[in-house]
Amino acid sequence: MTERVSPGRTEPGGRRWYSIAAPTDQRDDDPRMTATPALAIELVGIHKRFGEVHANKGVDLAVRRGSIHGIVGENGAGKSTLMSILYGFYEADSGEIRVNGAARRVRSPGEAIAAGIGMVHQHFMLVEPLSVTDNVMLGAEGGPRLAHGARQVRAKLAALARDYGLTLDPDAVVGDLPVGLRQRVEIVKALVRGADVLVLDEPTAVLTPEEADGLFRLLRILADEGKTVILITHKLREIMAITDRVSVMRRGEMVATLDTAATSPAQLAELMVGRRVLLRVEKNEARPGAPALVVENLVVRDAQGTARVDGVSLQVRAGEIVGVAGIAGNGQSELLEAIAGMRPIAAGSIALDGAPLGAAERDPAQLRRLGLLHVPEDRLRTGLVPSFEACESAMLGFQDEQRYGAGALLDRGAIVAHTLAEMEAYDVRPRAPLLKTAKFSGGNQQKIVLAREIERGPKVLLVGQPTRGVDIGAIEFIHRRLIALRDAGVAILLVSVELEEITALSDRIVVMCGGRITGERLPDRTDERDLGLLMAGVSDRAA
Amino acid sequence: MSAAPIELPRWADYVLVPALAVAAAFVIAGLVVLAIGENPLESTAILLRGALATGEGVGFTLYYATNFIFTGLAVAVAFHAGLFNIGGEGQATLGGLGAALVCLQFESLPGWLLVPLGALSAAAFGALWALVPGYLQAKRGSHIVITTIMFNMLASALLVYLLVNVMGRPGSMSPETRTFVPAAHVPFLHEILARFGVVIPTTPLNGSFVLALAAAFGVWLLIWRTRLGYAIRTVGANPSAAVYAGISISRITMIAMMISGGLAGLLAVNEIMGVQDRLLLEFTGGYGFIGIAVALMGRSHPVGIVLASLLFGVLYQGGTELAFDKPAITRDMIVTISGLVILFAGALDGVFRAPLGRFFASRRRGDA
Amino acid sequence: MDALSIAIAVFDSGVRLSVPLLFACLAGLWSERSGVVDIGLEGKMLVAAFAAAAAAHATHSAWIGVLAGVGASVAFALVHGFAAISQRGNQIVSGVAINMLAAGLTALVGNAWYSQGGRTPPLDGAARFQPVTLPGAEAARGVPVIGPLYADVLSSHTVLVYGALLATLLTAVALKRTRFGLRIRAVGENPAAVDTAGVSVAALRYAAVIIAGVLCGFGGAYLSLAQAAGFLPGMTAGKGFIALAALIFAKWRAWPALGACFLFGLLDAISIRLQGVSLPWVGLVPVQAIQALPYALTVVLLAGFIGRAIPPRASGLPYVKER
Repeated sequence: MTERVSPGRTEPGGRRWYSIAAPTDQRDDDPRMTATPALAIELVGIHKRFGEVHANKGVDLAVRRGSIHGIVGENGAGKSTLMSILYGFYEADSGEIRVNGAARRVRSPGEAIAAGIGMVHQHFMLVEPLSVTDNVMLGAEGGPRLAHGARQVRAKLAALARDYGLTLDPDAVVGDLPVGLRQRVEIVKALVRGADVLVLDEPTAVLTPEEADGLFRLLRILADEGKTVILITHKLREIMAITDRVSVMRRGEMVATLDTAATSPAQLAELMVGRRVLLRVEKNEARPGAPALVVENLVVRDAQGTARVDGVSLQVRAGEIVGVAGIAGNGQSELLEAIAGMRPIAAGSIALDGAPLGAAERDPAQLRRLGLLHVPEDRLRTGLVPSFEACESAMLGFQDEQRYGAGALLDRGAIVAHTLAEMEAYDVRPRAPLLKTAKFSGGNQQKIVLAREIERGPKVLLVGQPTRGVDIGAIEFIHRRLIALRDAGVAILLVSVELEEITALSDRIVVMCGGRITGERLPDRTDERDLGLLMAGVSDRAA
Repeated sequence: MSAAPIELPRWADYVLVPALAVAAAFVIAGLVVLAIGENPLESTAILLRGALATGEGVGFTLYYATNFIFTGLAVAVAFHAGLFNIGGEGQATLGGLGAALVCLQFESLPGWLLVPLGALSAAAFGALWALVPGYLQAKRGSHIVITTIMFNMLASALLVYLLVNVMGRPGSMSPETRTFVPAAHVPFLHEILARFGVVIPTTPLNGSFVLALAAAFGVWLLIWRTRLGYAIRTVGANPSAAVYAGISISRITMIAMMISGGLAGLLAVNEIMGVQDRLLLEFTGGYGFIGIAVALMGRSHPVGIVLASLLFGVLYQGGTELAFDKPAITRDMIVTISGLVILFAGALDGVFRAPLGRFFASRRRGDA
Repeated sequence: MDALSIAIAVFDSGVRLSVPLLFACLAGLWSERSGVVDIGLEGKMLVAAFAAAAAAHATHSAWIGVLAGVGASVAFALVHGFAAISQRGNQIVSGVAINMLAAGLTALVGNAWYSQGGRTPPLDGAARFQPVTLPGAEAARGVPVIGPLYADVLSSHTVLVYGALLATLLTAVALKRTRFGLRIRAVGENPAAVDTAGVSVAALRYAAVIIAGVLCGFGGAYLSLAQAAGFLPGMTAGKGFIALAALIFAKWRAWPALGACFLFGLLDAISIRLQGVSLPWVGLVPVQAIQALPYALTVVLLAGFIGRAIPPRASGLPYVKER
């Protein structure tokens, strides 16, 4: 059982004790409060469109008081939009929000806060150069002079530290705090404002496993005290571990709400995806050849000097796919970008086909010439230029090739013809080389990138999140292409946060946590639990 | 340049929005004319007649347009690389210095050599003056808007110093150099055409106009038909894609600034070598700033820039005639209109784009 | 003149010259700390100088002049605010437009109204600000060094000079110690944090932009009603840009802004003093070099060769809610 920190006092209706709001808090006079209706939050028929995208299609949601309610769904299922509507960040096109059984208009975060709703955003809403105290009291200063509000906030910080172990140095500059503590500032912000309902959007994406455990313990205590917690995540393990009830969203719709105890990860996964997708990709035994990419003791530092990749060694042989698993933000992106020459390396070496790369060769353009190609993680930010015509995006990185024109000049005809051929080969729709890149769907944009990289016959292919935001038909297409490439003898290094994708495609799996490799596995001799432990930093005995 | 792009059909983006911006600017300018007690319609008529009704007016219009083409192209090239070069004034000032140094130094050279050399020197000086902010942006992260503003001020101080203390004509009260030799003069168009027996009115319109048109074509070729232009546009549109593609952002930043500064420097060919035949103070006359209006209105496309330059040429020439006819409406009117065009085309374009976007979106939905 | 009286005269003139810089610099500080870049300080001061002179000429009241100057400057500030905040337009472009619009309109209207080449008629008497003598200034004059320093450098300025000092104090205190100041500091760094805390980003930024308008209004009024006796076309002569440089020098903080503006004002005073003066060893002093010093120093500072000037993180970026 999880160990529980005992709160100092848990008087019923003790919410206002932390509230910084004015004494005339009408919620205490509300007769419904004493009757404590079972539902803290109800969303009824919520619709929201962003231009062409129908993000929420008549969503209903009922959340019981004092419960931890999970909302799961794939990326883009509409979870975050729904919660942003609850928090007044967006206004719903239609539908109703009820708080404690009464309909409320929540048109701004200010109104949400007044309704007792607090939110911990995935990307923290903190002002980095300001102190913890300043951040906590921002928007709830309790008067025009800061000194007064700061005294109150300090007292409350001390109380929260005592009761929940939420220790924070009130004078620390937020920008200097580690990620876990920043999240704590966000939670404290909500509690100090007297939140009864706490919404957390993917809170563990940035946390270490220990920090995540601590967070879950805290959420349980809060729920036991009568607060309501809504947890948005796409990690089924978290849902099973912590929630009382769970709602599943798919493509903007709410497809089910279940008691967590009465469901299983398999059932939830099926509800999330809609149909049972067999991510078992048809593939033959790999016939790996000589090592094509060898990375040794690689260290990559970010602008602040923190080691994001911390002594990673791995090799990928010709004709095999090595998958890098890990929770987002554990150095996989930096690893890919460093190998691709997009980031300077602080230490270590990279060798292609047995030849170590010098500083001059560790340049994206040079590496391409050497046969190391790269499907980057973020298509729109890195792999394409959204405002360019598709044919111009289709030459990104290869703009110096002779096939696109002689000398300094570019040959438009050749560029268009070439793109059209690639579009045919990869079934990009529509086949319109002159259409703006941004106008293609995610799957078709990804195909443009894949066609560009694969068609050039790489020796080594780096692939980051190949199916993020891609529809199911395109996923299968992309997976088949990668397997075919492997069978043709290409060395593929695959980074994905989708564990199923890693296990389905890889011939070997390495797991990264905190910038280090925590273990290596063969896909048929491991399972989610085993990989999960490695992703959580529980290292191999042998490694 | 707006942060929240609204999807519009191309023609609306390139023609309708700039046209509406200009229309809005003119409406407000008309109100100002009314406020100072003149008739806006009559004033417009005088302005158009002054600019276009006579061959002389057209010549002056094209002469002014030449300056705007150079400075508009300068701003546009930097825009394509995602850079805001407000330093056109300073770069043109240095261009004048470059032109003057060559024209004063190599007086014995024949015209066919001296003029191109002077033009090259003008471009080179402008390019180098722009390279410093470009370098500081690329290598030191100094905000290019602020550094180019500072370089404008530095250039004007430098020119004053040089003309007062070093290059000034001895015995002259006004700070200017001695007059260049005739060989350094860019031939007037009426002189050139006279050689072919064509007689046109005497105006300051000179060979620089042809150079400006060539520069516009060159910029089009550069931006849309060369590998360098592709790199420039990639850096401007998506810097992280440029890193991915192996394009050096700092290198492209510096190159784009040099091209931009070089184009601004060419302004001096028209003003210093074409018309004044000596270096003097404030010959840049705010053309560098109006270049921003031209580039915004022309949507950074050379064709748009040439058209916008012609419009501003009409305003300048017509405005001069107008000031002559109606002393209440000075040429400051043109500065006012330029400011309004910059405001509506560059910062308030959302006012037109938002309703247009809704209009076209509803039409699309109607079609589907 | 002995060295002391020369020094006192230069310092006195340095104070006078730094006042419009200080007003504009504080204006820029408010605007940019809230996340709105303002390169239109020059234009706002110019339009304020004109409106102040015109109103003072019409009413023979310097105070009504100030009011008109502030009004005109705030109107321009609101145009900038509308473009930058409501329309999420390009703030640099808007600033450039403000500067051109001000330069064109003031000269145009000035010429149309007064037919003196854009100037307003000269102002005198109550239409201008007169120097205020601080208590005991005359009595203290006899005391060596400190006496003249007090009587000439500190005393005998117009009320607007002391207003600039007061504005610095208020800015520093408001930013550091008030709710409004905290919110302004926050919105310039991370507007999303302010928005999710239930505070309107737009309202805060409009408030800051209006404060900037008011301060530029005082700066402009000082130019035409205290420093000069009337309006001249283009009389700001780049002061808005020097103020921008001073703002960078001060790293967007109030008291350092006072220091930077005084330094730049002093440089200006020295260059005026040295005009045509031949010094031993140096020869004829290149006054342009001294005048250019603020710009050159700013570039060096921006290049990071001496310290680093990091602007508020969200400055120049329109606030768009992320999906």
